[in-house]
Amino acid sequence: MPIKVTTETFKKDVLESEVPVIVDFWAQWCRPCLMLAPVLEEVEKDLAGKVIVAKVNVDEEGYLANQYRISSIPTVLLFENGQLKTQVIGLMRKEDLIKRLGL
Amino acid sequence: MYDAIVIGGGPAGTTAAIYLQRFKKSVLLIMKDAGALGKTKHIDNYYGFEETITGPELLKRGHAQARRLGVEIVNDEVLSIDNSPEYTVKTIKSEYKSKVVLLATGKSQATLKVKGFNDFIGKGISYCAICDGFIYRDKKIGLVGNKEFMLEELEILKNFSKDITIFTDGMDLEADVEEKVVREKILELKGENTVSKVVTKSDEYDIDVLFIAIGSPSASDFALRMGAFLDEKNNVIVDKLFMTNVPGLFAAGDTIGGLLQIVKATSDGAQATVSINRYIKNL
Repeated sequence: MPIKVTTETFKKDVLESEVPVIVDFWAQWCRPCLMLAPVLEEVEKDLAGKVIVAKVNVDEEGYLANQYRISSIPTVLLFENGQLKTQVIGLMRKEDLIKRLGL
Repeated sequence: MYDAIVIGGGPAGTTAAIYLQRFKKSVLLIMKDAGALGKTKHIDNYYGFEETITGPELLKRGHAQARRLGVEIVNDEVLSIDNSPEYTVKTIKSEYKSKVVLLATGKSQATLKVKGFNDFIGKGISYCAICDGFIYRDKKIGLVGNKEFMLEELEILKNFSKDITIFTDGMDLEADVEEKVVREKILELKGENTVSKVVTKSDEYDIDVLFIAIGSPSASDFALRMGAFLDEKNNVIVDKLFMTNVPGLFAAGDTIGGLLQIVKATSDGAQATVSINRYIKNL
């Protein structure tokens, strides 16, 4: 299951993670975000052990959304070894998302 | 409450409406204009027409045929579609409810074609106020558009900011707004990492975000707001049964890409109705 990440836990859960982390910036009122949620759960299942999915609620975590200049949601960021590797914007199918993230 | 609302009166939508009517489903066909076919002068490759037929004439015959068979057709423009869980289709003149919706509005409309535009997609350019408006609380919002669709987006954006500028990009403004309106054509978008300036011939305007709502909403605009998958060309993605990933939302014809031909559109329309009929039965 995707983990919920906050400003306080971001460093530990994302930047210091030993496996790559997909961070999903979302909000409850954003329909495309809600439709992306099952897609991300499938990605995590398909790539079990190779990647973790984390979710950042932009309403609650304005600081993180600001810091990563999130201007459209859903936005998905891939972090590897503490570094931002790729950014993908918008709702898409599982295969397309995996390809765009370079996984 | 209709069984089905078909949006778009081209060959895909009209054929679908005819088939649904024949399946004894209550169906409403909402159409705005003649679309791509309305601009086609000669059709020589469509089955059964020995002489050349024009697009407008073929459309006229299709609509007459649909009406003769009992299809209800209204000329109106759809502004929004909501499904919670039944479908509510809001138009300029009215509002309708249905169990399913078929999108058959043809190819997506052209977007803003100015220098810098592609660089800022997802970096301060947004196609969806309800998706991204919240991020720009109390920021400087630019909104490009000139008609009802723009007003629809404006109403949403007003909840987030008082600082909104409408850019008509040289088009006639066909709506009343209280906001500041810039009527000159947009020449360029500028910014460092995200868009921050709209440049016209005589001035430059600071913005934090630019929302696009030009002309009328297209199928991809509806799909985006409802969370349906789109491909990289903005075609709506459907499964073999012509349904999107949103239950009860179907699409057919040029809207889903592939061969942009009448024969394919009518085929899509017919096949979609078989699935729609089955879907309604299982509700």
